[in-house]
Amino acid sequence: MGLHEQLEELKEKSLHEISHADHLKKLDAVRVNILGKKGPLTEILRGMKDIPKADRPKVGELSNRVRDNITEAIEKRRSELEKAITEKKLADEEIDVTLPGKPVSQGQPHVIQQIIDNIEDLFLGMGYQVIQGPEVETDKYNFEMLNLPKDHPARDMQDTFYITDEILMRSQTSPVQARTMEKHDFSKGPLKMISPGVVYRRDTDDATHSHQFHQVEGLVIDKHITMGDLKGTLETLAKELFGDRFEVRLRPSYFPFTEPSVEADVTCFNCMGKGCSVCKHTGWIEVLGAGMVHPNVLKMAGVDPEVYGGFAFGLGPDRFAMLRYGVDDIRNFYLNDVRFLTQFSKKG
Amino acid sequence: MKVSYNWLKEYFDLDVAPKVLAEKIERTAVEVDEVTRAADGLKKIIVGHTLDVQPHPNSDHLNICQVDVGEDEPIQIVCGAPNVAKDQDVIVAMHGARIKDNVKIKRSKMRGEQSNGMICALQEIGFDEKVVPKEYVNGIYVFPEDSHVKPGEPVYSYLGMDDDVIDTSVTPNRGDLFSMDGNAYEIGAIYDKVPAMNHRALETTDDSTDIKALLKIQIDAKEDVQAYQMGIVQHVNIVPSPFWLQVRLMTAGVRPINNVVDVTNYIMLKYGQPLHAFDYDKLTEKEIHVGYSPAKTKFVTLDGEERELRATDLMIKDGERNIAMAGVMGGLDTEITPETKTVVIESAIFDPIKIRKTARYHVLHSEASMRFERGVNPATVTAALEEALELTAQFGHGKAVVNHLSAVDPEPKEVQVKLDLTRINHVLGTDLSVQDVTNIMRRLQFSTKVSGESFTITVPARRWDIHIPADILEEIARLYGYDNLPSTLPTGATTIGRLTTSQQVIRGARHILQGSGLNQAMSYGLTTAEKAKMFMLQSSEETKLAFPMSQDHAILRMNLISGLLDDVAYNVARKVSNVALYEQGRVFYRTADVDRPNEVEHIAGAITGSLATKSWYQKEVPVDFYQLKGIVSLLLHDLNFKETVSFVANKKRPEMHPGRTADIFLGDQVIGFMGQVHPQIEKQFKIPETYVFELNLQAILEAPKNIQHYEPISKYPAITRDVALLIDKNITNTDIVAALRSKSSHHLETIQLFDVYEGKHIPEHKKSVAYTLTYRDKHNTLTEDEVNKEFDQAIEALKNTFEVEIR
Repeated sequence: MGLHEQLEELKEKSLHEISHADHLKKLDAVRVNILGKKGPLTEILRGMKDIPKADRPKVGELSNRVRDNITEAIEKRRSELEKAITEKKLADEEIDVTLPGKPVSQGQPHVIQQIIDNIEDLFLGMGYQVIQGPEVETDKYNFEMLNLPKDHPARDMQDTFYITDEILMRSQTSPVQARTMEKHDFSKGPLKMISPGVVYRRDTDDATHSHQFHQVEGLVIDKHITMGDLKGTLETLAKELFGDRFEVRLRPSYFPFTEPSVEADVTCFNCMGKGCSVCKHTGWIEVLGAGMVHPNVLKMAGVDPEVYGGFAFGLGPDRFAMLRYGVDDIRNFYLNDVRFLTQFSKKG
Repeated sequence: MKVSYNWLKEYFDLDVAPKVLAEKIERTAVEVDEVTRAADGLKKIIVGHTLDVQPHPNSDHLNICQVDVGEDEPIQIVCGAPNVAKDQDVIVAMHGARIKDNVKIKRSKMRGEQSNGMICALQEIGFDEKVVPKEYVNGIYVFPEDSHVKPGEPVYSYLGMDDDVIDTSVTPNRGDLFSMDGNAYEIGAIYDKVPAMNHRALETTDDSTDIKALLKIQIDAKEDVQAYQMGIVQHVNIVPSPFWLQVRLMTAGVRPINNVVDVTNYIMLKYGQPLHAFDYDKLTEKEIHVGYSPAKTKFVTLDGEERELRATDLMIKDGERNIAMAGVMGGLDTEITPETKTVVIESAIFDPIKIRKTARYHVLHSEASMRFERGVNPATVTAALEEALELTAQFGHGKAVVNHLSAVDPEPKEVQVKLDLTRINHVLGTDLSVQDVTNIMRRLQFSTKVSGESFTITVPARRWDIHIPADILEEIARLYGYDNLPSTLPTGATTIGRLTTSQQVIRGARHILQGSGLNQAMSYGLTTAEKAKMFMLQSSEETKLAFPMSQDHAILRMNLISGLLDDVAYNVARKVSNVALYEQGRVFYRTADVDRPNEVEHIAGAITGSLATKSWYQKEVPVDFYQLKGIVSLLLHDLNFKETVSFVANKKRPEMHPGRTADIFLGDQVIGFMGQVHPQIEKQFKIPETYVFELNLQAILEAPKNIQHYEPISKYPAITRDVALLIDKNITNTDIVAALRSKSSHHLETIQLFDVYEGKHIPEHKKSVAYTLTYRDKHNTLTEDEVNKEFDQAIEALKNTFEVEIR
């Protein structure tokens, strides 16, 4: 058998062995076996010296080609085997992607806090300050400075917890109006503020009454503030809290510290104005009280009502939350049942 | 006030549907609670006439009635009412009728006798028992002769049940809307109509008697009486009032009583002027005094209640004897009875505040007191009295006495308000013309003088709520229509809207606690005496309500934890065993020398059960001290204090576990505490093992903070050394770390505890602890030798400080 034939035979044999190597170690053994120093190819090449010089380039070329073919076959087989290994590994690593994820525990802000934050952010964006006032107030700020002298019948509208004759639990956030107006330096520009906080009333707790609840007061005082500005501001607020499709209507009302006084209704969120049991078939739901600041209130706070004027409004986040989420018992807000607290997703 | 649509139609032609009218009232004047029509939902309820009534043979209380219901033949109805009798006009619910609450009436047999319907009481067809004439409360209703009912006709129009009643919710300033006259003026202004005021003058007079010979009036409390008049009607027969008047009263929610009392109530509804009628013959002195009685005098009011008077309750007296609480309620002694022959009617105006105080103190809120509190029209005191006298004379077949007495003449004051057009448009944001404004004033019947663009408006006495330009602005705005106002936002100088630093810190603290898995709770600021003073961070006097409604909410809280524990208990009782809550709010500290407490912002938390609950990949990990400490540390770390925060064991907090409580220091100031609630207290609250913290946010807000700046990241490697120690159990981590640091240079970057073990294989009173010490030189590479030397020094320092075995 000539060298030529030997090489061809080796090639055939090697390719067969390579293709039958079923794992990397075997393939490696095949490689060492064939291409190694003691391997048949080396052996054959050693026989080169015995063939005529003229034939040597041809045989050399052939042997190189055979070696290349074998090497190539080995590499190809190697990558096949590696791929199979990887695939097997991946198959082994397969998991049930439907198992629940590991929970990251995240607490919720209280639903009333969410509404207050929402309102604060809206008004901050419109250039208002957020000002907190004391929860234990004096009769002077809670009533008298708001045009509610002692024995005013409107004091009945908000029966109050007194501590002494002059000190009480504030029954509204409105006293913050008077306190802020007194301090504000109008030469430095208009006063625009909101004041969220807790208020207290002499009420027996039941589904719709709570001796403690929240209010957000709003006040704007400047040289040229109109009732149209009040209307526009309340519309902006309603759209922020409820959505763009909501309309606001104003109705006359009475508060001693505003004149004119209005109550604001928004489109019933339940029926979108068609009339349902929630809105007593009116299509509207009362959400806040407002008005143009009474000149007496301005005067008492040392603000000249001939030069300055403005509007004030007050709303109840508890009521908002009840309306918006259909909460049927106000006491839920203060029982802090975890199953209740965690229902109100922030983005909802 | 219940405003009858039919009654309103007597003032002008109303061509608007009642619901539309109600909506208009609501948008222009006052809120409307509801619009009702009593006949709604009722069916086949007609007038019947009892032709024959015989006792039921098988019953001791039923009667078999033959009733003419306008058909060819009478029908038979079995009736159980005690007052059914022959020849009565009654209310019959026919077969197929619907009565109150949609109850259906069917033909049936009652103890063997056919009954083809039901003879009804007023309550059965929807009348409130409060308005049903007393004699018909416990039986069927019988139409009086002057009702002129016809058998077979529906009862609705006879009984005013087809009237629409608009129930308004009158605001305290609009006392004028507690009268039909006032409502007529208001609706007239809304629809630009002039109401016809049908005030009846006094005609039935008797010149032969001088009233001054019959009665004297003396006003002792002049400052509290703005008007006081009395008239007398003699030879009155006390009988039921005319049917139309009874119906009118029932529609308005008032029970008909007799002709005299009904007239006073009718006049009150019409004019808004409360009246009171006395039985003249029961007055022994015939000398009326308006003044005060000594405190604690007993007085029995019309409702039969004996009341103890205060020296400040304004009283009407006959000589020395009290006969009425002025403006609130009359006395039982002098009330009108069927035997009354001579009637004294009082028409007056009393001080609203006096009336309000008396009504409130005695919890006697009558229709009269409600009106006096909100004001009464001084222009119609006399007219109301005169019409009352006239009607009493007419309905009682008596004669009115001429020249009623006027002890205090009413003084109807007209108020003038000046206002100009610029101001109006400036405040309302409108573009009204002079004509627009004068039109609105004309509709209100306010006379207006115009000079250029300035108005001088004269407000009649019947609108006593209007005094100043702002009041007129409201009239203009509401009649112009709030819907017609433009919708704008304030313009003017720009203002910056931003949260203050404190507000930002508080928001930040809330976010951190939420991020740590705690839900925000909101508890009550008012609590029990006991809970108010638990878990106190500092000593304080308690602040009490003067008149709490319950002992549960009587004292202002001085801690947040007790509220959170109530919440934990609420949850645990409902099988919610994993509870993690925080609250941010105020506590109220007070010093003994002041009445008003200082309000301090606190933040507190409570956790129980587990924050990492049992799941498919892990076992439930119960909460413990260190979990809460991690949360508190994160919160405090985030605040970037200049001074060091430290946790120091405190065994003396009475509500806390003595071995598991730490005070939290900022520098040398205690800013809060944390730990496990004392098992005794846990038992008291009925809660399982619970960990709590409370921090004084105010102190945290005020504490100096570091200014943040960038720290270059060292490019030189760190080298670590681990050490494990066997040490006395009572040596704290802080002590060990301090000892390790004591002889170390700035190369010792961190000391991290990575193991603590007590128990098996460790001697009693000992613990095994292990630390990793990390060394780094920020500017050079540290050599092994340098590190070894420093590490050895640190260990040496430890050995010198404590008895310790290095393992």
